[in-house]
Order: sequence, then C-alpha cells, then structure tokens
Amino acid sequence: MKTLRQALVITRKDLRAELRTKETLNAAVSFSISVLLLFSFALDPTPDQTAEIGGGVLWMIFLFAGTLVFNRSFARELPNDCLDALVASPASSAAIFLGKCFAGFSMMLIVEVLSLPVFVLFFGGRIMDHPGQLSVTLLLATWSVTIMGTTFSALTVNLRLRELMLPVLVYPMLLPAMLAAFRLLTMLVAGQAIGSEDLQWLRVLFGFDLIFTCLALALADSILVN
Amino acid sequence: MTNAVEIEGVWKYYGDFPALRNIALTAAQGECIALLGRNGAGKTTLLRIAAGLLRPAKGSVHINGGIGWLGHGIGVYEELSAYENLVVFGQLHGVADPKKTATHWLERTGLDRVADALVREFSRGMRQRLAVARAFLHDPQVVLFDEPFTSLDDRAIRLLQTLFGEAIAQGRTVIMSTHQLREAMELATHVAMIQRGSLVHFGPRTAEMLADPGYLYRTYGES
Amino acid sequence: MRQKLIVAMLLVSSALLVRNLYTILLDFPDEANQGAIWRIFYFHLPSALTSFIGFYTGAALSIMYLWKKDLKYDALAAVINEVSLVFASITLITGMIWARIAWGIWWAVGDHRLTSYLVCILMYAGYLMLRRSVQDPAQRASLSAVIAIFASLDIIIVWKSIEWWRGNHPGPVLSIRNGGGMAAGWEGLAYWNVLAISLLAIPMILIRLKQEQMQGEIDSVRRFAHEV
Repeated sequence: MKTLRQALVITRKDLRAELRTKETLNAAVSFSISVLLLFSFALDPTPDQTAEIGGGVLWMIFLFAGTLVFNRSFARELPNDCLDALVASPASSAAIFLGKCFAGFSMMLIVEVLSLPVFVLFFGGRIMDHPGQLSVTLLLATWSVTIMGTTFSALTVNLRLRELMLPVLVYPMLLPAMLAAFRLLTMLVAGQAIGSEDLQWLRVLFGFDLIFTCLALALADSILVN
Repeated sequence: MTNAVEIEGVWKYYGDFPALRNIALTAAQGECIALLGRNGAGKTTLLRIAAGLLRPAKGSVHINGGIGWLGHGIGVYEELSAYENLVVFGQLHGVADPKKTATHWLERTGLDRVADALVREFSRGMRQRLAVARAFLHDPQVVLFDEPFTSLDDRAIRLLQTLFGEAIAQGRTVIMSTHQLREAMELATHVAMIQRGSLVHFGPRTAEMLADPGYLYRTYGES
Repeated sequence: MRQKLIVAMLLVSSALLVRNLYTILLDFPDEANQGAIWRIFYFHLPSALTSFIGFYTGAALSIMYLWKKDLKYDALAAVINEVSLVFASITLITGMIWARIAWGIWWAVGDHRLTSYLVCILMYAGYLMLRRSVQDPAQRASLSAVIAIFASLDIIIVWKSIEWWRGNHPGPVLSIRNGGGMAAGWEGLAYWNVLAISLLAIPMILIRLKQEQMQGEIDSVRRFAHEV
C-alpha cells in the first residue's frame, strides 16, 4: 500500500511536470502523426490492404513513439541529481520504478488516443468496430512497452549513449508482445472481433506483462542502487 | 542507546582499486562530523554509501531514523514550483501534513513570496535555499550533506548554519564533507579525515582546530 | 595450471574435430533427400547446444552476481555470454546456409528456430554494447546481470510465440525433427561433435576470462596511477 502511494506521488509529479512543458508529449504526438502521414503516402493502401497491414503499421508507430516517451522517463531525473534525492527518500526502488511506469504508461496512452483518429482519417479501416477489445489490446500491449521501456530507461540512465542503447535493447526483448499486438490489431483493423483462436495472443500479452512486471520489480533495487 | 550512525568496516572498490578501505565511523545523537580530505579521497563515496545511494562491497551501514540528503545536485525539479517540490518530497517522506510543512519551510527559507514560481526561474541562491528546505523538511534524524557550503551565497550559508545548529541542539546527527574549514570547524563536534580511501583521523574537534582550521591538513601533510 | 588445462582441452578438442571431420566428410555418404548439405547439421546442432548451455550458465552466474556481489561471477558471465554469442552466430549462419540449399531461401520469416537465434544474438549484442559503455565495474556488473536475466527468460517466450505465429499460418517450412530420422550410425557422431565443440568453447572462455581479468587489473592500476 505504502509502495503504491509513493509510486503515485512520483507518477503525479512526472505527469504534472510533463503537462506543464508538454515537451515529450508534443514530440511523440507529432512524431506519430507525421509518420502516419508518411506511411499513408508510402503505402497508399486500398481498404483491403489496410485490413492486411494497418494493424502492423499502427503498432510500429506506437512502439516508436513509445521509445521517445521512455527515453525521457528516467532521464527526467538527471538534472539536479533528482534521482539521488528519490533514492535517499524512504520510497523503495520498486516504488520509484512503479511510479515511473505509471507515468510513462499514461503518456503513451495519451499519444495513442490522439493518434488513433488520425489513423482512421488517413487509412480508413474499421478499428473502432470493437472498442472494448481495442482498449484491452492497447492497454496490455502498452503495458508491455512500458515495463520494458522503463526497465531499460533506468538501466541506461547514466550512460552517455542512452538514447541509442534504449531501442537496441528494448526491441528484441519486446518481440513476443509485439507479435501479439500485430496479430490482434490486424484483426481489429479488419473489423473482426478477436475470436477464440486469437485469445491465445491476449494470453501471450498478459503473460508477458505479468512475468516481466514481477521480474522488473524484483530487480529494481539492483538497477537503481549499485 | 544505539548510535545514530554506525559505519563498520566499509570497503568500496572500483574494479580492484579500493576507493574506501575499511572505514569505521560512528556518530551519536547531537554530534556533527566534519569530513575532511582532498578531492577524490573518498568523501563523496562514503557519504553516498551512508545515504544508501551506493552499496558497500564489504561492511555495513546502520542509520537510525530518516535521512536528509544534499549532494552536489540540488535535487529539486525545474518544472515544478517551489511549493510543489516540497509537497512531493513531503509526501514521499510521509510527513503528517505535506502542504503545511511545505508552507512552513518556504517561510523559513524566505521563499514564501515565490512559492508558486517554477524552480527554473529561480536564481542560484534561491535554488540552494530550496534544496536545503527539501533536505530538512521531514525533520531528518541524520543529515548527510556533501560539500554544503561550496558556492553558497552569504544568505544561504547563514541559513544553513542556523539549521545545522538547531539540528545538533535537538539531538540530531550531522555528517558533512567540506573544504570550507572555518564554517565547518565552528559547527563540528568531531572531525574525520580521509586520505586515499582510508580514515586517518577521527576524533573530537579540539580548540586547536578551531583556532587554526588548517591544523589537521598540515599534520597529515596535505597543506 | 590453467594454462596447461587450456592447452590440454584444445588438443583433445582438435583431435576429436579432426576425427569427426574425417568421418563426416569422407566416410558418410550423402543423405538421400538433402544431398551433401546435411553434413552441416554436425556443426549446426553442437553450436546451438553450446550457445544455449552458455547463455543459461551466463544467466545463472548473473543471478549469483546479484546475490553475492562478487565481480568474478560477472567476469565469468560476461565471457561465457560472449563466446556463446559466437556459437549462436555460427548456428544462425549454418542454419541459413542449410535453409538456402534445402528450402531454396536464406530466410523463412517466422521459422521459430532461426528467428529465435537471431533475436538472441540481437539481445546479447545489446548486452555487450552496454557493457562497453559503462565505466564503473560494479555498475556494469549489475546492469548487465539484469539484462542477462531478462534475456534468458525472454528467449523462451520468443521461441514459443514465434512457434504459435507460424502455427496459425502453415508455410512451406519443413521441420527438421519430423524430416525423417537419422540413420542409426549417424546420430552417434553428432554427440561426439557436441563434445568436441563444447570442449572448444571452454578454452575460449578461459582465455577470454584471463584477458578480462587482466583488463580489470590494468584499469585498477591506471586508476591508482591517476590517484598518486
């Protein structure tokens, strides 16, 4: 309980600072919209093609935008050595880590909500046919990116090359969750409901999230204090 | 009565190179230790280990009570106001009424007029006073400051001296590393000196040290 | 002592490799369906096994490091992962060569064995890149231990999920495991070559470990020199 309360203090702090400057959000949203625009020219898809490739394109863009968000996650604590002040406080490493996760998760969701209408505008597609299933898929897949992104943001925060290292480390690790997201979003963009056959991919996402959330929280202390 | 700070047999390596060698240091309540030594001797490493920011390779650190930490960075967020910064840290430290505490400390540090201004608009002196408020706001039992007097303006130095004096009088413990010998000697009850990772001197501050702050450095050939 | 051990293992391993190569290349006939290329299997499988065992030993040593905080576990984990990365690359390359000849394509998207090895190589390449960019040995050890533990768990999920991915889109890919068993006398040699190649890996690991330890000493001496 105490961990969760401290985590939420850090989340609120991050979101307040972000909403004040909107540096990361502006960058991530305009990135995802411009890439959507570029893809719409590069592929110029017919409705059938959109059904085939739209899900993959959409999630790739969210993943890249997520990288922008998580590059900043722990880097935000670097000016004035704020991370030291957090670690020296009674908040545990797990609480700090979880707080950062929640903040990154919220920012990525904001980017997704703002980009989805643009996707529909440029590509068409029937992604809004099953809003409930779409939300579950997006929430689970976004949490996968969040947990890996936050972990590796914390790992690379003191490195000179952190902006380069983050994607190099995160993308291969995320492969299973991304396969699931591609598959599920492809169904949803085509206007099909997620049937029992594809329930397996929701399970992959859920299992991935669960395993790596536990692992990351267990190792949070080793990541933040050396 | 247990000591407020107990550091026992602490070693820290950078690879095979020992940055700290078998440091043992205890501080009772109401004591103030001035940590002296050249740059790179290991003062910062020792303080960071005491604050839990680094893990010792060997040995143990026991701190009784909350820690007030101030390192080289001021540890406050540029995009938040002074008030918001103090509320955030008050909440993390679990103080009873974070908002009231924040207001109280803004008044004490003379920042109440700019409470709602963002830190990025602050002058250097204002930032330093805010950092001091951030480190003191939860009434820490143990205050660990790394080079607190370096590059402070006069007002911040006076504030810090008052706060240190009060803390010591209230039976709290202060450990600070410093190059500002005169300021440090006035406050210190004990003096520790580190040379190349080893503790070469640890004892009460004598009248001799107060009269001649450079005394210890000359004794150990570091003038 | 260690020097002698290294030399002895290298000698045994080369003797075994020469004998195995002789049998593989000169004694065995071409396989009925695949022709000459099936022989690559004798290097593909042992490399795969060696790298697999190596990565998991590396992960176990990483857990040991986080538990004991002793840098010798970190050094050993790092060199084992490095050597395993070499064998994983050999696995990938031999696999691709085989695929080119047997299937007519260098790469089958979604073939879980090759793709998993590629993902594995990418993860451990990231591991080595990160190690190179951290200066402080204790920090380098903790961070790379966390990555090794993440990677070792992740690779299982990668393997399963790519298998499921294919499962829903049956392609032209044959499974080597169902693709007709091996003739009786042929299988034994595969195990001999597993032994030969693992025996080759151990001296490589020991030599790299020695270099790594020396590098650590050099760094410490350099730090000491700056200090004086």
